[in-house]
Amino acid sequence: MIEINLTKRLHTAEGPMDLEFCGTIEQGEFITLFGPSGAGKTTLLRMVAGLTAPDNGTIVINDQPWFDSNRRINLSPRQRSIGMVFQDYALFPNLTVAENISLALPKENRRTIVSELLEVAGLQELAARKPDKLSGGQRQRVALARALALKPTILLLDEPLSALDLQMRIKLQDELLRLHQRYQPTTLLVSHDLSEVFRLSRRVFVLDKGQVIRSGSPTAVFSQSKISNKFRFTGEVVHIKPSGVVYIVHVLVGQDIVQVIASEQETTNLNVGKRVLIASKAFNPLIMPLDE
Amino acid sequence: MNPDFTQTMVLTFQVAGITTMILLVLGIPLSYWLAYTGNRSKAIVETLVSMPLVLPPTVLGFYLLVLFSPVNPVGGFLDTWFNLRLVFSFEGIIVGSVLFSLPFMVHPLQSGFGSIPPNLREAAATLGISRLKTLFTILLPNMKPGILAGCVLSFAHTVGEFGVVLMVGGNIPGVTRMASIAIYDRVEALDYATAHQYAFVLFTITFSILLLVYMVNRRCARMELT
Repeated sequence: MIEINLTKRLHTAEGPMDLEFCGTIEQGEFITLFGPSGAGKTTLLRMVAGLTAPDNGTIVINDQPWFDSNRRINLSPRQRSIGMVFQDYALFPNLTVAENISLALPKENRRTIVSELLEVAGLQELAARKPDKLSGGQRQRVALARALALKPTILLLDEPLSALDLQMRIKLQDELLRLHQRYQPTTLLVSHDLSEVFRLSRRVFVLDKGQVIRSGSPTAVFSQSKISNKFRFTGEVVHIKPSGVVYIVHVLVGQDIVQVIASEQETTNLNVGKRVLIASKAFNPLIMPLDE
Repeated sequence: MNPDFTQTMVLTFQVAGITTMILLVLGIPLSYWLAYTGNRSKAIVETLVSMPLVLPPTVLGFYLLVLFSPVNPVGGFLDTWFNLRLVFSFEGIIVGSVLFSLPFMVHPLQSGFGSIPPNLREAAATLGISRLKTLFTILLPNMKPGILAGCVLSFAHTVGEFGVVLMVGGNIPGVTRMASIAIYDRVEALDYATAHQYAFVLFTITFSILLLVYMVNRRCARMELT
């Protein structure tokens, strides 16, 4: 169990901002931190990793304090059981894929762990390559395999998929889920991609201006009305055009454009660029804006 | 070839080689500290390291001469306890050269450390890799151009050194007479032919070394691009 209770004053372009976070995370849970850029998501992740010191509060992991401002405890990142995937992966450019993964491992079981991870991440063919000869998706996999090598208690992912195209992103989301099921690390993912939040996590904390404004399951958090959905997709409105007495709303869901019919009243709170949830009940699809 | 000439050239390159090796060993921890510390004394240390760039070499040489003189406490201590006399000796010009060429090693190394993305060090920390292992397996291998520049500049600068060596070492053939001093010595004796010999060799060697560095650095840059 992970108990986090932190505050930190951040100095942003819009002046000082107080980052506050208080939450409990169960062992093996997959949590996302969602919010606009500058909300404090990455700083929160860095504080759990020990790369940034909080001003006040505690981080307690399985009853072991990693940080406690009152008792002046602050373990260095080296003493914390963490695996971190950075936004730009931070692979060591002078080392091969296999060396990147094995660098932190003790000599005795280095070979077994590395070959297992290479196989699980589908990287065997690339083991001897240097990072600059890899594609974005391949680099991301190496970073993930490296972060998992020491079997960390907490896996921290800082927008690991944001630099990839949609197709690769979806593929790697599946892979991430598979790896999470296999190794069961408690995972904290920073994301500002709504579909990623829905696909990957059971629980989401929405941060805005340093505060948690909502938390819970993605569906509960992002759609106000609780409907018994049969199907649901999240997407983005790309076009609204009137057609007789109704409106046709074009919604980008994944890479597909879906056309949904909406009444004039329904379109009043829709505009191009708005994130929406399309849910289908027994007969007709409903379309409604998502609260972000 | 004139045995004096050979002896002087060998001595010059010996001093430069030893100085560069000592500087590399001292320069790595010093520039690492300068590149990453948030300590307030950084400004003072940086200033001291850079002083030889602007200080007349004779000033440094003069103070070293006074400091290392056996009649003074420091020189006397070294003389009695270690039987080490740093004035008018080979060891003395090594110490002088190390101090005088310090910025030529530290500055390229410091900017080399600074050019490494901070998240590489952070990634190493999250993986529990010790600072020392991070230094040798990640930082140094990724700043080879900086290391090369530091070594070459220190070497070339020591080869061409004059003031400090003359003040601390004097002009003793085979012990402290380096090529640049030999040129001065020969010109004073109106022996222009030998002076030219020294001068031409120094010119050619320095030119070739620097050319090599620029070519290697260009190749490194091109390899990074592809």
